[in-house]
Amino acid sequence: MSPLSSVSARPKFWRDVRFLRWVFQLLVLAVVFGILYWIYGNYQTNVERSAVPTDFGFLDNPASFTIPGTDFDQSSPVSAAFVRGFQNTMLVAVVGIIFSTIVGTLVGIARLSKNFLVKTLASAYVEIIRNLPLLLLITFMNLAVVLQTFPRIENAWQPFDLFVISNRGLALPWFEGSGLILLLIFAASIVVSLVVMKIERARADRTGQKSRAGIFAILIIFGFLLVGWMLLDYSWTLPFVDGRGTTGGLRMDPSFFALIVALVLYTSSHVAEIVRGSIQAVHKGQGEAADALALSPGQKMRIIILPQAFRIAMPAIGNQYLNLTKNSSLGATISYFELTQIAQITVGNGSPAVPAFTLTLFIYLAISLVTSLIVNFFNRRLALVER
Amino acid sequence: MILWLRRNLFRSIWDSITTIVFGGIALWFIWISIEFVFITGRWEIVEVNLKLFLVGRFPEELMWLIGASMVAIAFWVAAVAGGSPLGTEPRLRLAERIVDYVRRFGLIFALAILLVVLSNSLDSLLWVGLLGIGVFAGRVVGRMRRDNKIIQKLPGIIWQPMIATPAIALVIFTLLESTLELWGGFLINFYMALISIILCFPLGLLLALGRRSSFPVIRFICTAYIELIRGAPLFVLLLLAGVALEFFIPPTISPDAVFRGITVFTLFTAAYLAEIVRGGLQGIPSGQIEAGKALGLSTVKINSLITLPQALRSVIPAQIGQFISLFKDTTLAGVALNLFDVMTVGKVITKQDDFLGQGLIYESLIFVGLLFWVVSYVMSKESQRLEKRLGVGIR
Repeated sequence: MSPLSSVSARPKFWRDVRFLRWVFQLLVLAVVFGILYWIYGNYQTNVERSAVPTDFGFLDNPASFTIPGTDFDQSSPVSAAFVRGFQNTMLVAVVGIIFSTIVGTLVGIARLSKNFLVKTLASAYVEIIRNLPLLLLITFMNLAVVLQTFPRIENAWQPFDLFVISNRGLALPWFEGSGLILLLIFAASIVVSLVVMKIERARADRTGQKSRAGIFAILIIFGFLLVGWMLLDYSWTLPFVDGRGTTGGLRMDPSFFALIVALVLYTSSHVAEIVRGSIQAVHKGQGEAADALALSPGQKMRIIILPQAFRIAMPAIGNQYLNLTKNSSLGATISYFELTQIAQITVGNGSPAVPAFTLTLFIYLAISLVTSLIVNFFNRRLALVER
Repeated sequence: MILWLRRNLFRSIWDSITTIVFGGIALWFIWISIEFVFITGRWEIVEVNLKLFLVGRFPEELMWLIGASMVAIAFWVAAVAGGSPLGTEPRLRLAERIVDYVRRFGLIFALAILLVVLSNSLDSLLWVGLLGIGVFAGRVVGRMRRDNKIIQKLPGIIWQPMIATPAIALVIFTLLESTLELWGGFLINFYMALISIILCFPLGLLLALGRRSSFPVIRFICTAYIELIRGAPLFVLLLLAGVALEFFIPPTISPDAVFRGITVFTLFTAAYLAEIVRGGLQGIPSGQIEAGKALGLSTVKINSLITLPQALRSVIPAQIGQFISLFKDTTLAGVALNLFDVMTVGKVITKQDDFLGQGLIYESLIFVGLLFWVVSYVMSKESQRLEKRLGVGIR
């Protein structure tokens, strides 16, 4: 018998790695639960001491504040205020994302321009905006630009008689009539134009002729809108000054305008850097191949470089979209009625702080999750399918 | 010259049109900027309130403490930067080196000169000189650490606290001598950022390692923490710390707003830092870890000697980016926690009796922006330089 066989194949349990791993994990878990329990205990005692409700019953209480320019009044429930805040946050997020993508892409391309002046201006834009605090930009837009430089409503700027710009907000020409029907027509036109684009592309691929999908799509969308306008008797309204306010057109709150401009400036400077980096990361051979095929510089950028650059840029740009959505909470500092501002006001009006802010945080978390799901979906669509 | 013009500005008709249009815009913009800065701008609001901008209502007789702390912090930073054995730079002659420094840090010098001129006092010049000496001394000490055979032998765990001690001691001493309510202005932004950066570092490392750990429970806890924090806006977290923190701690303690700010910034930045470090860890080839295992190293030793040093090195630029954004985000604390920070100063001084209703918000906010811009810009340029020297993304 060899001496080894007397040693048990299994170690004693306190020296068994598998056992020790679980002991360690359970210890960490116990510590984390301990901390959470301590916090929860503190919460319970503090709540009992000051008799603050812990449930979400406050959502049915009257909000006792008004949102100017809407039908939200003193007696509306707090829950309606949160819905309103959510809508405003989403509005800022969507508008901000659209504009910062456009501006950011243009500036990012401009930074790589062969024209010295364009390149320098684009670099200056990015380097100046990117290194300033966002809160400073928002405060500056609100206090300095809108409230101080824009004229009072009595002598508002009215360029071409189309816009009304004053420190009470901006008004643009807009369509009149039911917004829903207009939206449906617009959606239908997009669907039809997508189908037509697909057919046209297939035809171009088959015959080798030049594809005119883009022009077709634009024509179809405009045609739909025009026909819808004529048939449904749509009209558009121009804003004009009416006493202390404006009538007609689409009115924008001054705080909304300041917030959107600051967010778009800030986010687009980040997007521009990402776009520039991604364009530079596209393999050099791709551009050379486009040159060899005698594509024009515009075609080269549009057909060859940008699609590949966006594939690289997508995750980083998605992160910027998330940041923009979260940064819209800074609208609260200039009294724009978005989610955070609503939470702050309702807490100030006597709603319990912990449930109100928990609700707010969860709404932001949900928005973040949905946004990142959408970005991931596009990311997967764009991703290179490797063979 | 003409060739350059033709090649860079007037390549084609379209190019020429673009040049003329953008040139017009640029000239107009430059003109209004110059007009505003030198002619129409009324900078006396900044001149009168310079002290409020920089240190808030900090007592005059304790100002030397702030100056001394700044010198010690400058020494520390210079010692860390000078001692980093990263990359190799070609030896430059003195003249070239001066040109290099002016290009890299000229903006900081210019800002310092501007502040001295605005302050109208010789004391400030003295302090700027002392700061310069602090930086120089730090650099010499850092170089010794890199080149001297004996000092090289000191383990980092002894060396790092040694060079940090004067700064930390002076900051704590300042804190003991004054009360936190007196702190304000740019000082509070700077200190909050600095302290949060130091504190979030260990937490971020632990979270990054935890998220990649082979223990499922720990992985879950770390992932949940990181994702929850990253899904929440910083501003709401700060508001929560201001309004709702009372509910979660025993009623006997009520931390000061500055502490609340630092806590939130630390917890928040740690989550982002963890993701950055995780990115660095993922970039390390598994052969490195396997080699460590083959040498019989424990997990702790593999992490601390092999993976972490490489991972941290490769993500230094991303870390600096995160710290710059933390520095800029300290302005949020002013609004959310009612601190007297530099943004708040910039807003309230336009309501002083001497300046009320004169529309001087442009001057005051532009000055605040200048302070943040110079620091962030120089830091981001340095991080780009470091990125090039480290060769990140080239390998």
